[in-house]
Amino acid sequence: MQLTVKLFAFFRDGRFKEEGREYPAGTKVGEIVADLGIDPDEVGVVMINSLQSSLKATVAEGDNLAIFPVIGGG
Amino acid sequence: MTEKIFRVNMTDLTTSVEAVPAAWAGHGGRGLTSTIVAAEVEPTCHPLGPKNKLVFAPGLLSGTIAANSGRLSVGGKSPLTGTIKESNAGGTSAQFLARCGCKALIIEGQPKGDVWYSLAVTPQGVTISQEKELIGKGNFAVAETLANRLPGKLGLITIGSAGEMRMASANISVKDPDGGLRSHGRGGLGAVMGSKKVKFISIDPQDGKVEIADTEKFKEANRAFAKALVDHPVSKALGQYGTNVLVNIINESGGLPTKNFTLGQFDGHEKISGETMHDTINLRGGKVKHNCHPGCVIQCSQIYNDASGKKLTSGFEYESIWAMGADCCVDNLDQIAEADRLMDDIGIDTIETSVAMGVAMEAGVLPFGDGAGILRILQEDIAKGTPLGRIIGNGAGSVGRAFGVTRVPVVKNQAIPAYDPRSIKGMGITYATSTQGADHTMGYTIATNILGVGGSVNPLVKEGQVELSRNLQIATAAIDSTGMCLFIAFAALDDATCLPALIDLINARFGIALTGDDVVNLGKYILKTERAFNTAAGFTNVDDRLPEFFYTEPVPPHNVVFDFSGEEIDTFWNF
Ligand code: SF4
Repeated sequence: MQLTVKLFAFFRDGRFKEEGREYPAGTKVGEIVADLGIDPDEVGVVMINSLQSSLKATVAEGDNLAIFPVIGGG
Repeated sequence: MTEKIFRVNMTDLTTSVEAVPAAWAGHGGRGLTSTIVAAEVEPTCHPLGPKNKLVFAPGLLSGTIAANSGRLSVGGKSPLTGTIKESNAGGTSAQFLARCGCKALIIEGQPKGDVWYSLAVTPQGVTISQEKELIGKGNFAVAETLANRLPGKLGLITIGSAGEMRMASANISVKDPDGGLRSHGRGGLGAVMGSKKVKFISIDPQDGKVEIADTEKFKEANRAFAKALVDHPVSKALGQYGTNVLVNIINESGGLPTKNFTLGQFDGHEKISGETMHDTINLRGGKVKHNCHPGCVIQCSQIYNDASGKKLTSGFEYESIWAMGADCCVDNLDQIAEADRLMDDIGIDTIETSVAMGVAMEAGVLPFGDGAGILRILQEDIAKGTPLGRIIGNGAGSVGRAFGVTRVPVVKNQAIPAYDPRSIKGMGITYATSTQGADHTMGYTIATNILGVGGSVNPLVKEGQVELSRNLQIATAAIDSTGMCLFIAFAALDDATCLPALIDLINARFGIALTGDDVVNLGKYILKTERAFNTAAGFTNVDDRLPEFFYTEPVPPHNVVFDFSGEEIDTFWNF
């Protein structure tokens, strides 16, 4: 299945900002993080279609997946 | 050096140095400014009249080597909101005031006539001088002229032309270690300083030092505290990207107020994001990391250069970039940086002024996206005080009233900052209930609603938001009393060693034995003291509400409204 993956802050270094990517049905966010070579401990926030999600969630065809490191501000 | 209260009476131009009353002894920063304002200012007074007072107080730990402890509080009755106000900034002045032995500087009264003054603070007290040369000048000219006129590296607190003209969104600027400016931004206290005819305050600590009751314990606690800060991943990201790293994540969440709060996402988000800013700064030879005062180990500030490599602005914050960017639909970071520099020079709050521009755009004064128009209005109207400049310079509410706009994002007449309360509901509770009008720093639920720091509460549901905002507002009031930058809160929420180390620092500084409960009680006391002032000034629970349109206009992409009843909001105060 096809989905859009977006990366932020230093997760972009040596990777990409946004890419359409192909994964088998039933893939979990954690598996995509591993596939991208991102240390899961560095992941702060995951959103699927602008909703808060987690590494354990399963993605679906056409989803918009955004992966952020631990960040803050204010 | 024994701590004293430094008092300046601008009516008869006298000054005094007084012993600290017992009831004020345990307070610093916001706890002290709010205690003094509540004790000495008539709540119903006119904020720009002789009965209001302007109170500066360094935090309990300011002037020591404690990491991130150099924040200064200023308090008074706000001309923007009519409520009590505490606004907090970096720069070197808190550390220098503390080293002068100045626990608080109280400026009261009002001179007759049109003569302007400056104040000079040293460990011996305060002297008042007449000022002519710098009247009408912007903050950068004041800082540069004084660097030549006054010998040594002095602390400097100043107002620009907006403060002189007593605009309700005038800020108070504080010099940072590199001659840049940090601002006591919100609530218009620069107008109060202007109403007292004080253009600037210089601070020379001479060889003054802050006394530490137990030096060894203090050093040990500071090591643990600084380690907790440095180790936390949020601190690292703040150093690398600044607070502007938030543009993309808040946009992704659907909570980035866009086009005067009609949308929750901005098409131009990538162009104004922290990631783009980071790359631009590096490309142009600026500085990605910079501290607003010596001793900060997080360094969220930065120096942003223009395309020719010349410094354009520093301390370029997310909320300012959001306001001029997404809220006004300007996707040009250089124009936003130029506006930021102009607003620092004029001495006007970047959030209030930019949100006011967004309302002016809705009113048709200028089109959305017109960055050049914003720069023109800042220079030609606000800096010069034309009628339009004064309408905008008096804030978003003022623009709404002048042009008959109903979509005016303010609470208690103060502009709502960078997080939409419909799609990030915890922030809605903070805006509604804060004792100071809409202010994200009062109870930053973004940490838990969006960033996954200190647990996680779904931003789109009502459950848990009131409690979250309450706990954060109580903790924030206490942290604002220590002189600590609020960004220590990320480590404090996640790392169990951080808060105890902070309490150890306070105990070692004063030779006392505060507990965690004492700190929570301090936070509660501050909120209740501030609320009692507001009640006496005429505010009721009905003022703790968001503007009507948040309840009736769904915001995309989640198409949600703010759906808390008044009774639900009022449960905030059940403590
Ligand atoms: S983290 Fe930022 S705001 Fe806080 S003390 Fe450091 S530079 Fe100043």
